[in-house]
Amino acid sequence: MLRFVVRRLMLLVPILLGLSILVFLWIRALPASPAVSLLGERATPESIAQIEEQYGLDEPIHVQYWSYLKTVAQGDLGTTIRSRRPVTDELRERFPATIELTFAALLFAVTLGIPLGFAAAKRYGTWVDHSSLVLSLLGISIPVFFLAILLKYIFAVELGLLPTVGRIDVLIDIEHPTNFYTIDALLAGDLAAFWDVIKHLILPAIALGSIPLAIIARITRASVLDVQNEDYVRTARAKGLAPRTVDARHIFRNALLPIMTIIGLQAGLLLSGAVLTETVFAFPGMGSWLVEAIRQRDYPILQGGILFVSLVFVLVNLIVDVSYALINPRIRVS
Amino acid sequence: MVVFRRIVILLAAALLVVGAAGCGGDDDDGDGGAEGESGGTLVFAGAADPVVLDGALVSDGESIRVITQIYETLINLKPGTTELAPGLATEWEVSPDAMTYTFALREGVKFHDGTDFNAEAVCFNFDRWYNFSGPLQSPSASYYYGAFFGGFAKNESEDLSDPLYKSCEARNPTTAVLTLTRPSASLLGALVQQAFSIASPQALEEFNADAGTLDEETGFRPTGTFGTEHPVGTGPFEFVSWTREDRLVLKRFEDYWGEKAKLDELIIRPIADNAARLQALQNDEIQGYDLVEPQDIPTIEGDENLKILDRPAFNVAYVGINQAKKPMDNLKVRQAVAYGLDRQAVVDNFYGGRGVVAKQMMPPEVEGYADSVTEYPYDPDRAKQLLQEAGLTLPVEIEFWYPSDVSRPYMPNPKNNFEAMAASLNKSGFKVVPKTAPWDPDYLGRVDEGNAGHLHLIGWTGDFADADNFIGTFFQDFSPQFGFRNPELFKLLDDAEIESDRQTRIDMYKQANELIMEQLPAVPYAHTKPALAFRQDVEGFVPSPTTNELFSTVTIGGGGE
Repeated sequence: MLRFVVRRLMLLVPILLGLSILVFLWIRALPASPAVSLLGERATPESIAQIEEQYGLDEPIHVQYWSYLKTVAQGDLGTTIRSRRPVTDELRERFPATIELTFAALLFAVTLGIPLGFAAAKRYGTWVDHSSLVLSLLGISIPVFFLAILLKYIFAVELGLLPTVGRIDVLIDIEHPTNFYTIDALLAGDLAAFWDVIKHLILPAIALGSIPLAIIARITRASVLDVQNEDYVRTARAKGLAPRTVDARHIFRNALLPIMTIIGLQAGLLLSGAVLTETVFAFPGMGSWLVEAIRQRDYPILQGGILFVSLVFVLVNLIVDVSYALINPRIRVS
Repeated sequence: MVVFRRIVILLAAALLVVGAAGCGGDDDDGDGGAEGESGGTLVFAGAADPVVLDGALVSDGESIRVITQIYETLINLKPGTTELAPGLATEWEVSPDAMTYTFALREGVKFHDGTDFNAEAVCFNFDRWYNFSGPLQSPSASYYYGAFFGGFAKNESEDLSDPLYKSCEARNPTTAVLTLTRPSASLLGALVQQAFSIASPQALEEFNADAGTLDEETGFRPTGTFGTEHPVGTGPFEFVSWTREDRLVLKRFEDYWGEKAKLDELIIRPIADNAARLQALQNDEIQGYDLVEPQDIPTIEGDENLKILDRPAFNVAYVGINQAKKPMDNLKVRQAVAYGLDRQAVVDNFYGGRGVVAKQMMPPEVEGYADSVTEYPYDPDRAKQLLQEAGLTLPVEIEFWYPSDVSRPYMPNPKNNFEAMAASLNKSGFKVVPKTAPWDPDYLGRVDEGNAGHLHLIGWTGDFADADNFIGTFFQDFSPQFGFRNPELFKLLDDAEIESDRQTRIDMYKQANELIMEQLPAVPYAHTKPALAFRQDVEGFVPSPTTNELFSTVTIGGGGE
């Protein structure tokens, strides 16, 4: 087991190195340079030349890559072009926001998706099954930004129950040592602030969780349907076990494997940032950060950010693989 | 079983959260407006976070919005106009050769850190800008200083020119004398820009405003905290705190020399998405926002709790013509373009009633606007005739570029403008080949390099009320964007820039505008009034053509007095 984990971790090195080269080349293949986006209509050929010189963009590409690699190896991702701050500082602010949002969205998706899928499978072919199918189709096909605007319209503009933008009310003032606003509020011992942070998470989490919810429900249904026709389930029933025991012990546990896979995949995806949700809710996470950086040709953010997101994705996949082994003894043995 | 119970508990918890959110809703009115004697808090949204709160080092609107509240400049604009008014200087005198400017400074003015504002502080700031070195000379930092003063004490790039600034002398505590190396008549107009904000010398030094490391690969990394944690000026609001991507908090400066701000607190927050800004305003999480989309205006006007304020037009949208691409070097062809563009239809259809057809390359508010320029009403037959006179076979194929992914105050939806224009040009003897690219930076790059076909859509918003900032920027020199050399026009604009007699200067710019509309290096088509949105109970905000509004006169919910 340990050897498996170590080997997977070592594989990270070539993966990241290859990625860094790809990202580096890809960014530089984009037309036009950051100088133009800094100055907009006010850019002149002279000012563009001057900025390119300042950022070393006039050097040969391999020279640029080599010095980039040297600084990254020291844990320095450089300085952003627009805000002139260290990329790592911005990452420290953005990533916790994304983790909180991902966690909230998955909580929503899992707590509703699994029971929904399970119920649909148990009542296969009935109205429960059909309505769960319709619901998950809706979840997948409604565009996130539309759902977001609709949710905001109902719960904020009309009912006035929930806020529409940001991570916390601007009139609440707490320190942010961790940038996980939920944790920061608890550290400050401010329950009202904690509650406010939760309220700011609800609508983005529902909007973002709608697709994973639908996928999880479908997979759960399919997986449970599969498992409940297995011989060992029939045996368990024949032994006279209570139906609930059969459901929980024999069906659900065995059906869990594909569900775990899909949750892991979704977590990896969500952690790389949810562009639309973040934008519509003015929620400063990884997605809007990276997209804005593409638009502005902010090379240091793109290089650092994409590298970091890839690292997270690979790690989440590793965790999912390891948890298989924990859930399923068959894998542990092989 | 265990799993099931867990799911049930989680589900219950989730329901509890949603349910309780409903109960807890009442206290979340998000309303900063307080009643009675306190001035309350106003939350205002822009589209992005500021870069840094140091006027000399920024050129983006979001930074400038906040800098306007914290700092002041020697010369102000009368609120809502482009007329010069006293600022930190109460009076000024220009020498006949337009090279020496003497400023009488306001007395009894304090910086937020308690230090005195005086002539030494003024000269400290001018000398600071003049002595910028390394990356601070880059246009990405000191764009406006460089654009106006040309260069620095020691220019570190060949692309910079000789400095216009020579020296600043603090003759006595209330008199500062600026000397230039050559005449300039637009200095006074330029000094209203936030790039020339006067900051506290003590704070600039104490918090290392200019310190930073130059990282060979990734550029300048500031290490001082002046512009991020300790911006100190003399303005009506002082800095409290800044949480990135969340909020920037300012409070009333109690020792302000003039009428104090009515609000207790002003909070500026970044909300990038247009729809999100509107919904936040509807939900009273913010009480005002900038950059209202034209299509949202009916919604806002239809809501009794909200209102729209218009800024006076201070921009120009135009169709640029690149004369380096044949046959655009032929005047008759350019005239055919001007007659072939149905500009009235574009303004009527796509500007939500907030545009007027432009007759020349600068708005009427700016001195030097000429009343008698050649006009080109839409006339397809005339256009065809001109093309034939030019010896061309119809239809004449031309590449016409427009940007995607952008909305500018002067061009809310470029694609709409383009389509209408292309249709009218196609009726006028042209065959338009449509070309497009994302605005930032692909499209802008192409325009600058002169790679955006025969015609391109673009525009300009003025930085300050001087004709030099409009037509001087466009046509004073050769640029690949327009691809022409007209010595007569270049010289006229050079001379006008330094002419110190106001009336002569106005006449020169009028003449230049007439010449431009004869020669048609571009066809102007619209001036627009950009809109802001507020809650109905916000009063006292005076929209400015240059978009640099002060919040000190603003009240909310009848508070303030």
